[in-house]
Amino acid sequence: MALTETPMQAEKARTIFEKSKAGRRAAALPDVEVPEKPLAELIPEKLLRSEAPRLPEIAEPEIVRHYNRLSRRNFDLDTGLYPLGSCTMKHNPRLNERVAALPGHARLHPAQDPRRAQGALELMWLLQESLSEICGLPHVSLQPSAGSHGELAGLLLTRAYHADRGEQRTKVLAPDTSHGTNPASVTMAGYEVVKVATNERGGVEMDDLRAKLADNEGEVACLMLTNPNTLGVFDENIAEIASLIHEAGGTLYYDGANLNAVMGHSRPGDMGFDIVHVNLHKSFSQPHGGGGPGAGPIAVSDRIEPYLPKPQVVRREGSNGHGPSFDLDFERPKSIGRLRGFQGNFGVFVRSYAYILSLGGDGLEEASETAVLNANYLKARLAEGRAGERLPIAFDRHCMHEFVLSGKPMKRELGLATLDLAKRLLDFGFHPPTVYFPLLVDEALMVEPTETETKESLDAFAEAVEKILAEAEDHPDLAKNAPYTTPVRRLDEVKATRQPVVRQQLG
Amino acid sequence: MTRYTSATPDDRQEMLDAIGVSSVDELFEQIPEPLRLGRPLALPDGTSEAEVYERLAGLASRNADAEEQVCFVGAGMYDHYVPAIVDAITSRSEFLTPYTPYQPEISQGGLQVMFEFQTAMSELTGLPVSNAGLYEGPSSVASAGYLAMGATKRKRFVVSRGVHPHSRETLRTYSVGYGAEVVEVGLEGGLTDAVALAEAVDGETAAVFLQSPNFLGGVEDVEALGSAAKEHGALLVVACDPMTLGVLKPPGECGADIALGEGQPLGNRLDFGGPSFGFFCATEAQIRRMPGRIAGETEDLDGRRGFVLALQTREQHIRREKATNNICTAQALNALGAMVHLAWLGRQGFRELGELLLQRTAYARERLAAVDGVELLHDAPVAREFAVRLEAPVEKVLDRVAERGIAAGYPLGREYPEFEDGLLIAITERRTKAQIDELAEALGAAIAAEREGVAV
Amino acid sequence: MSDATYPEDLRYHEEHDWARIEGEQATFGITWYAQDSLGEVVFFDPPEVGATIQKDSSYAEVESVKAVSDVIAPMSGEVVEVNEALVDAPERVNEDPYGEGWLVKVRLSHPEESAALLGVEEYRKLLDS
Repeated sequence: MALTETPMQAEKARTIFEKSKAGRRAAALPDVEVPEKPLAELIPEKLLRSEAPRLPEIAEPEIVRHYNRLSRRNFDLDTGLYPLGSCTMKHNPRLNERVAALPGHARLHPAQDPRRAQGALELMWLLQESLSEICGLPHVSLQPSAGSHGELAGLLLTRAYHADRGEQRTKVLAPDTSHGTNPASVTMAGYEVVKVATNERGGVEMDDLRAKLADNEGEVACLMLTNPNTLGVFDENIAEIASLIHEAGGTLYYDGANLNAVMGHSRPGDMGFDIVHVNLHKSFSQPHGGGGPGAGPIAVSDRIEPYLPKPQVVRREGSNGHGPSFDLDFERPKSIGRLRGFQGNFGVFVRSYAYILSLGGDGLEEASETAVLNANYLKARLAEGRAGERLPIAFDRHCMHEFVLSGKPMKRELGLATLDLAKRLLDFGFHPPTVYFPLLVDEALMVEPTETETKESLDAFAEAVEKILAEAEDHPDLAKNAPYTTPVRRLDEVKATRQPVVRQQLG
Repeated sequence: MTRYTSATPDDRQEMLDAIGVSSVDELFEQIPEPLRLGRPLALPDGTSEAEVYERLAGLASRNADAEEQVCFVGAGMYDHYVPAIVDAITSRSEFLTPYTPYQPEISQGGLQVMFEFQTAMSELTGLPVSNAGLYEGPSSVASAGYLAMGATKRKRFVVSRGVHPHSRETLRTYSVGYGAEVVEVGLEGGLTDAVALAEAVDGETAAVFLQSPNFLGGVEDVEALGSAAKEHGALLVVACDPMTLGVLKPPGECGADIALGEGQPLGNRLDFGGPSFGFFCATEAQIRRMPGRIAGETEDLDGRRGFVLALQTREQHIRREKATNNICTAQALNALGAMVHLAWLGRQGFRELGELLLQRTAYARERLAAVDGVELLHDAPVAREFAVRLEAPVEKVLDRVAERGIAAGYPLGREYPEFEDGLLIAITERRTKAQIDELAEALGAAIAAEREGVAV
Repeated sequence: MSDATYPEDLRYHEEHDWARIEGEQATFGITWYAQDSLGEVVFFDPPEVGATIQKDSSYAEVESVKAVSDVIAPMSGEVVEVNEALVDAPERVNEDPYGEGWLVKVRLSHPEESAALLGVEEYRKLLDS
């Protein structure tokens, strides 16, 4: 297909360093004001830098233009549907940005004396209480910076819990459908992964679980699960799974990536989980920022509480007519210690707490309902027509907030790989679903529309998929060479990895 | 109340019909009945935007922020002036709301920013390979430990007590997991004790960790200290403050294998400690052991220049239990803020700012040392932060000075029992000569009042 | 990329590895099928010369852009040479899997292990099944 180059394609990518010209500048800095001394009197010469780093030299108008133009080379959630499975791309309310930017939050130094940061500590405490109620577990630490950081925390908590009981366990069980971060965290925490199989309904294969527990008797420290799992289905055996793990002396860890399906409907604590991480950037609307920031607070049961990271935010009852006060508790002798600097990603806490206040308990419940309704509706739409034949659902049952399709028939019958469909969707103005995950499903497409999408946008997505499958019957090459309209076309990833160029050579 | 949703009752009915169920409850029936909550969440009901704003503004007003107090507190995060264009660019939807750039064709903006950021951080640190960012400073130190274990097959870390206490503690937390030993080396005159360090490093040591400027503000002779690491085949890991790299010799020129640190001073707000980002740069030899995302340059099928996530086989979504790290966050938005700030400062401005910090810090140090009841904790060279001893209880002096709208510094006794009387004072371009003079005067008055037992 | 080929003179392991046995020494590599399933090879992480490798265990890794694959030793022995040329030109594994794309040379500790390997007909049958 011969298309003329779009204007954006015709515009060659040039970095800000390539736009630099000696002598230009943007910054106007304050005067030094104080009597100046030769640098070498302040710092020994051999510790000084000989030449200023070659940062760009460019005036402010051109910096603004450069990054504005770059921004247009991104697709974003505010522009269109972004049904990336397991990522919960829901709307990011601008109110949250506004309150996070208040100077009382944004310009508060993290080492400020707790007596002069009472508002911040109270906010953290309120968020802890809210997450505790949503997760059904009594204690929360906000410290972990992301889901994977929460996983590492959970595994270190498990290690500390067992060590405190004089036990040393070596294995962690995880289903073959788990997120890649699960096994990676297991290794970092010094454990070995044992995979558990998935049954024909997409849940944990109970016989395999029992066998793995028997084979590794006394060695299993933990089972890490996502529920609903990465296939978007709720594991109805969860209560039995929990009792098997607990009988075996292990802890049960909940990867909260999929919490958006069950808020106000079912709680990990009530399912028997000991440790939960919550992705504030998924269920609680923190913008993803093109790959961060986020936060991964953990909620835990009583028996895990002594080991939580420090410091913990605590509420102290007032006396002598004073109201309650809030403090950072460092006196935690059994704590696993710090996982990072200061108190965590506070700016993320502000946004997520604003979101929880806006929706309220009733709204969170309704958000999950609508997320599940939207997912099942889109699943139904994609079960019609060509999509139903070429892209069957991997596990045919009602889903929760997401579902997984298999592109296997599409590949066999049309020669179109899941990747080709994804790339062609770009030409239709959609971000594609998550592709090739979970690994268990051939040519997988994992779709999570979230509650903030309209019926119209879901319909449009289903129609686009139908159109792509129809055009592929006559012109299979169309999708194979897609996309055509994006700022660049398919990129050579082999070249980027064989001879990696990870920075610009500066002249 | 808003749910940020659009489904009308008609929509819902049509959707239920299409699904073939009579109610949403039916979809939730896959959750076994005993596990359904069966009651409303014990949280307040949703509320209006205006009320949420007031509520949070009310909480914010109970914090003494750097707008209302003159902030001389540093200890890893600094009250720099973040130029307005940083806010303007980082709040654009196109940067704020996408996910990780899994589809490079529609993520060229974010990927190019990562590439530019990597170029800038490589240039600042003097090391050829940079990733696109990690969570923040201290956990980056712990990630360097994990890398060093993989690279050397050894399990022992030697860490200077000049490394940020949060970094040391985080390294220890992680080390319990991956089974490494952490050995600490003390300070002498505000700098790492070189003799003790040389004695502590042995053939089992995976990495030596230094920080410069160190936590007490002292600029370390990294090259000299690092020779012990080189001798024994251990990696040299150097934490640094990016704002000082316009004037201080970059770690890459001092023999560092890894240079990393807290990125907050570049284009990020204080935010009571986060979100910010960690930067992580290394030698070519470590490129396949790097944690985190890395953008790389390539071409599209028509030969156009473009960028992709490179070397992904290091990462958890492919290598799973053998991944170089479990991290999948790049703090991309925070790194963008840093890149815009660096472009705004530019080559000249970045150097000038570094010099300004040096000059004002030297002035403040001299000015404070002349105050009755204040003496220098060490006289090692400093760049933007320095430590003093007070001849009165530090916390009480801080309370008195706070009454005058000044956050005088960080009480070292919180982390260093040996410096119970220590105060760490940080300078940024926002701290004017007049403010420094006022700090000196206020500290003097507060110490005098404490000595005389004047009631607060 | 070349067409599917399976030379007659090699012994095959069911994990899609081959061995060219020359007395006490053998050259190892991955088969056409293995390189084709993996896609374009971008990196070869070799063992060290002198390393002892064990039949049926992983001794190296090959990477494509989005996959990592353990390379399984068809026989046991000590690595005497690794194909250094693959560091700069890993694509040789795709272009010439039995020639320039060889991975390691090994001094065999148990030459009798060759009896357990597959001949070309058996290996083809395995691929067809």
